[in-house]
Amino acid sequence: MAEFVFFLNKAVLSGLIIGSIYALGAIGLTLIFGILRFAHIAHGDVMTVGAFFTLALAGILSAMGFSSPIPLVLITLIPAMALTAAFSIGLDRIFYKPLRDRGSQPIIIVMASIGVMLMLQGVVRIFAGTGTRNMFFDQPKDIYRIPFPGSTRDLVLTEPQLVLIVFTFVAVIALHLFLTRSRLGKAMRAVSDNADLALISGINIDHVVKATWVIGGGLACAAGSLLSMDVFLKPDLSFNLLLPIFAATIVGGIGQPYGAIAGGFLIGFSETLAIFNWSVLLRPFKASLPFDLPSSIALVPTEYKLTVPFVILIIVLVYRPTGIFKGRVL
Amino acid sequence: MTGSVQSAPATGYRRDIVVFAILGVIIAAVYIFQGSVYSTRVFVEAACYAILALGLNIQWGYAGLFNVGIMGFVAAGAAASMIVSFPTNPDFWNSHGPAMLAWFIVKLVLSGALIFFANLSQHIGAGPRLKPLLIAIAIAFAWIMLSSHMDRMAHEIETKAVWMGGLGLPVYLGWLVAAIVAGAIAWFVGKVCLGLRTDYLAIATLGFAQIIKHFLKNADWLTKGTLTVSPLPWPVPRPEDGDFLFARALYLSVVAILIVVIYLALQRAYHAPWGRMMRAIRDNEEAAEAMGKNVNRRRLEIFIFGCMLMGLGGAILIHFASVFDPAGFIDLNHTFLVWVMVILGGSGNNRGAIFGALLVYVIWVMSAPIASWFFDQLRVYGDLWFHWQAPGDLDARALQMRVFVIGLTITLVLRLAPRGALPEEISHKR
Repeated sequence: MAEFVFFLNKAVLSGLIIGSIYALGAIGLTLIFGILRFAHIAHGDVMTVGAFFTLALAGILSAMGFSSPIPLVLITLIPAMALTAAFSIGLDRIFYKPLRDRGSQPIIIVMASIGVMLMLQGVVRIFAGTGTRNMFFDQPKDIYRIPFPGSTRDLVLTEPQLVLIVFTFVAVIALHLFLTRSRLGKAMRAVSDNADLALISGINIDHVVKATWVIGGGLACAAGSLLSMDVFLKPDLSFNLLLPIFAATIVGGIGQPYGAIAGGFLIGFSETLAIFNWSVLLRPFKASLPFDLPSSIALVPTEYKLTVPFVILIIVLVYRPTGIFKGRVL
Repeated sequence: MTGSVQSAPATGYRRDIVVFAILGVIIAAVYIFQGSVYSTRVFVEAACYAILALGLNIQWGYAGLFNVGIMGFVAAGAAASMIVSFPTNPDFWNSHGPAMLAWFIVKLVLSGALIFFANLSQHIGAGPRLKPLLIAIAIAFAWIMLSSHMDRMAHEIETKAVWMGGLGLPVYLGWLVAAIVAGAIAWFVGKVCLGLRTDYLAIATLGFAQIIKHFLKNADWLTKGTLTVSPLPWPVPRPEDGDFLFARALYLSVVAILIVVIYLALQRAYHAPWGRMMRAIRDNEEAAEAMGKNVNRRRLEIFIFGCMLMGLGGAILIHFASVFDPAGFIDLNHTFLVWVMVILGGSGNNRGAIFGALLVYVIWVMSAPIASWFFDQLRVYGDLWFHWQAPGDLDARALQMRVFVIGLTITLVLRLAPRGALPEEISHKR
């Protein structure tokens, strides 16, 4: 049984965790893709900026002598999300809206988002250096060990991981209610389906665009902060996130928030299952196997983890460019 | 970029003369202040970047293709050329390595054929359910076969011979192979993405460049990984007796001749029916398609041509640097810098791309000392006036200033001068 619990920890739980991160990032990306019709390449760096906002606010709180039983970064996550949302609207106002108003082709706006990506990377590194940081200021993270019946091993989950899973769950339900029940959410779906039709039926595109950036920026901040709480905060956090979240967006179908969630978890689980060492699971049956068990059987060596989302992306583009949820093909 | 009616420069070449005169003044200034040995080095590198910029210019300027994986093609070309032209490693040829490598290539070809035929399986009666299954089985089979073989091969070569070494062939052949390898990769990427809107191409090239770099970094048997390979051979005599200027000037003239040849060929292609068709596709895809043009095929052609130039430019760049270090390929230096060159110089105009490459590279090289100086001043005066304690890694941070400036330049050029310094010439002959 210990091997099975190892599998649950290493493959299922970590897939759930990294999948949540990808899903949170991909939701914002797919909404921007659907409503503003361009690939927002700077999204990964909005995540990094959001994580730095969380850390900076926590730093200010702790410098003011504030202390609490729960870690400060978890408290400052909510105001940091608001801050990142405002920051995203600002980015749109300064860099994307003028190009949109001029009637530029979408690809010009994609290029502008590359410019924004480089600027954000530069700013983050100028102000925060290039080293790694601990979001918890040297405090140990709470670790929960859940005993698994019939096994000597426990299921292991850290506090940020638990928060992440709960947060993703709540965010997905809230997003669903927002998109299906509220006026603004319905307007967003309408613009995503057909912008011209939405415009002539009196929907205020400006509000829809703002709401898109608020949701996208807020979720990106949450994803970036929670990921860096789980590991470390690095300025090149976005570097390894960009490809998986784009893959998740396209796999799920562009403009489909539910697709983005499904795509995020699909990519997350594929990654962890591909790099999981399957020989561990076979070890109990070592005696009855007809061949010698190699010490490691992984589909993909860990250093090539990045190829997994890429290969999935290529397969989807070749065989089903609309994605799982029948999104738009731009 | 837009196909709208633009006021064509009626004065013909006047703008070119002004722009290149400014460039000439800058080049002279660099030679006067930095010495001719160093300056020649800078201009060899700038000339290599000009080849990259020409490659991007035909993709973006002629056809509107959004390639942000230039670094990947540069790295692939550099690696291919390094392997072809580096001296051989006798340890490798005396081990089982060559046989295993040959088998690997055979298996690679077999896997490709297998996947290709699985894709055609509807012709032998495979239904819409069976075909995806067959393709999945083919891919899985190929993957397992290749990855297990590669593991054993890498282990064998790394333990017996450290790495496989080169083939010891002439450098010019290496450059040719670099272009071919980059073109082959471009064929694959283009085949997948060019039927869709160019956003997908952007994402795919961005990802593919990372994977190529990752592979070169981790495949120690092929590229020696982080140990780096040096010295790479030159096509002209190397500066062995310390006469750097002469050797570098020779190298520069080789590159300059190549650029002139490429430029003339591209200009001819631009004004030929082929180039006109490319622009027609770029400006109005539907209309071009309605006229019976095979849009995807033409795009694939120009994407491959552009990437071949990038592979060639990368090979020339790495041979000049003389050290092959997979970690040295950086998105910022090898992708986004080239983009700045092209959009600043004027997309769609080959002279603009060359001008942009030379100007931006000189500014780029000179900006490192300027940024360091600026941050030194910041440290001194910050301490003097505000008792600001500068962080220890200030110099590392100062270099990040360039990332910011590149990003700012891209956004500003798109906003203020979307047509660049030397805009595309649109002739209004009737």
